[in-house]
Amino acid sequence: MMVRSFTGSTVLRLALVATAACSLAACQSKPKPTYPTQTPSGPTAPPSTPLPPSTGPVTGQPVGALPGSAQDFVVNVGDRVYFDTDSHDVREDARPLLSAQSEWLRRYPSVVVRIEGNADERGTREYNLALGARRANSVRDFLVSQGVTAGRISTISFGKESPIDTGSGEESWQKNRNARTAIVSGAR
Amino acid sequence: MTQARSLPSRMTALLFTLLCAVTALAVAPPARAEIEVNVNRGDVQPLPIAVPAFGGGQVGADISQVISANLQRSGLFRPLDPNSFVEKGLTASVQPRFPDWKTINAQALVNGTVTVEGGKLRVDFRLWDVFAEQQLLGLQFTASPESWRKVAHKISDAVYERLTGEKGYFDTRVVFVAESGGRGKVIKRLAIMDQDGANPSYLTAGDSIVMTPRFSSNSQEITYMSLRPDSSTVYLFNLETGRRESLGTFQGMVFSPRFSPDGGKVVFSNERGGNSDIYVMNLASRTSTRLTTDPAIDTSGSFSPDGAKIVFNSDRAGSPQLYVMGADGSGARRISNGGGRYTTPVWSPTGEFIAFTKQTGGEFHIGVMRPDGSDERLLTSSYLDEGPTWAPNGRVLMFSRETPGGSPKLWSVDVTGRILQPMPYPGAGSDPAWSPLLN
Repeated sequence: MMVRSFTGSTVLRLALVATAACSLAACQSKPKPTYPTQTPSGPTAPPSTPLPPSTGPVTGQPVGALPGSAQDFVVNVGDRVYFDTDSHDVREDARPLLSAQSEWLRRYPSVVVRIEGNADERGTREYNLALGARRANSVRDFLVSQGVTAGRISTISFGKESPIDTGSGEESWQKNRNARTAIVSGAR
Repeated sequence: MTQARSLPSRMTALLFTLLCAVTALAVAPPARAEIEVNVNRGDVQPLPIAVPAFGGGQVGADISQVISANLQRSGLFRPLDPNSFVEKGLTASVQPRFPDWKTINAQALVNGTVTVEGGKLRVDFRLWDVFAEQQLLGLQFTASPESWRKVAHKISDAVYERLTGEKGYFDTRVVFVAESGGRGKVIKRLAIMDQDGANPSYLTAGDSIVMTPRFSSNSQEITYMSLRPDSSTVYLFNLETGRRESLGTFQGMVFSPRFSPDGGKVVFSNERGGNSDIYVMNLASRTSTRLTTDPAIDTSGSFSPDGAKIVFNSDRAGSPQLYVMGADGSGARRISNGGGRYTTPVWSPTGEFIAFTKQTGGEFHIGVMRPDGSDERLLTSSYLDEGPTWAPNGRVLMFSRETPGGSPKLWSVDVTGRILQPMPYPGAGSDPAWSPLLN
């Protein structure tokens, strides 16, 4: 089970939900446009009685992945980066994600990972095994350069044996040219 | 065909014609090679041959059917329809009525008789040159009754060799990867079957991904790679004893194994820190030697039949290309020079060609070239053709073919590119490896 049940008191749970909701709102709120406060002239609206504050039920929901869990890593960091055809160079657009991976791994130093290199089907089996190994090692080198201890990272290549998209076409092939950082042990 | 020349010499001439077609193709520009194959297809007339049911009941009929199918698939023979035969019930103990066979234009005739004595199967057969009215071959095989297919393959090989002057390849087996479960959740099992698709059986349970099986020259042993979520292993597997052992424990990925011609060594790839290089292990001493040191990918090593050289795949020049080096790793020289990506080189058993997979123009091809890189010819073209293996006589190649979104199938093509056909195996399969001739 990736998500552990939250065991705090009800009060605390509600408080946390409320806080999460508030902070979420805060994150998402853009500067609000200001509207003219003066109502246009016209038929006067009937005086309304102000609604009482809602007293409906308050429901609790799981707060999200447990920090430091494998699910936390997959959902909140991202476990896969993608490569160009025939290339094992870490792409510019993969760097932020790999930096986030290193940050996460530095925060949870007991986690051990294995990086799995993959290739698309547009190559032969043995060459693609070697290509996948290169990709896995590119990611490994990047993480090490960002301060993750080398001893925590192993690598393997699945070549073209483990496609995440079984379609045939550039869109599928692009998805299958990747390296996945898989958590082996040490996560919560 | 002229009557003056003997049938074997006429068949030799047929093969010569095929080889001339090869040479003619070789001088054509590579881009036009496949059109040339089509043009030359009409030049070769398969030899009409009659293979009536052998005397001796059902097993006799079964044996002649297996022979007929073998000869037909070779592309060099055209077995005639048994319904057209005039002489019926021919046995090995009488001379055929030649006019009856001339009438249907059978150039050659294979007849035989099967008897079972003391629990043993005895098969007498004769090969006749119909128009010269001469026996070309008369042989007797004795075997256990359940080996009747093997006897049929032996007879096919004898007929093929007598008429073409080249060794046959029918008494052989194919080890391959049987695939099931469909794309994305494929189960890969090591499997083995006769070269005609008969007697298929699994060698592994499908609990790990297996790939690239290859036969030893003694044909009782194979080497293959097994991939698990956290490790890769190269295995040696004895088909007779069922004994399986690991080639050893390595740091990094280990893959791409292939035996030396004498069976005493295995060339393989080992990856360390992302860099794949070629190594060779002496199986007696279990010591391995590194043969390449380039920071590029070096993989898919294959020995020349004399064991002196190794052809391999490297992307040291930027894209995957073929190189030949000494078996000690010395003097690597690039041999592939056409545009495109070249992978999976395999030296032919006769030494005269290197087969490969080539990617160009969005297509995959199986091709052959001379060991110096000359005379490149592409034999096939499809969405995904991969991984050729040679029949022991060096005339036929087997490979796997995949359509977009489909599962791979086993196919074969002869070295001229003229005879391209799916293998008689109904399931999905990849990574075929042809055995040497069996005993």
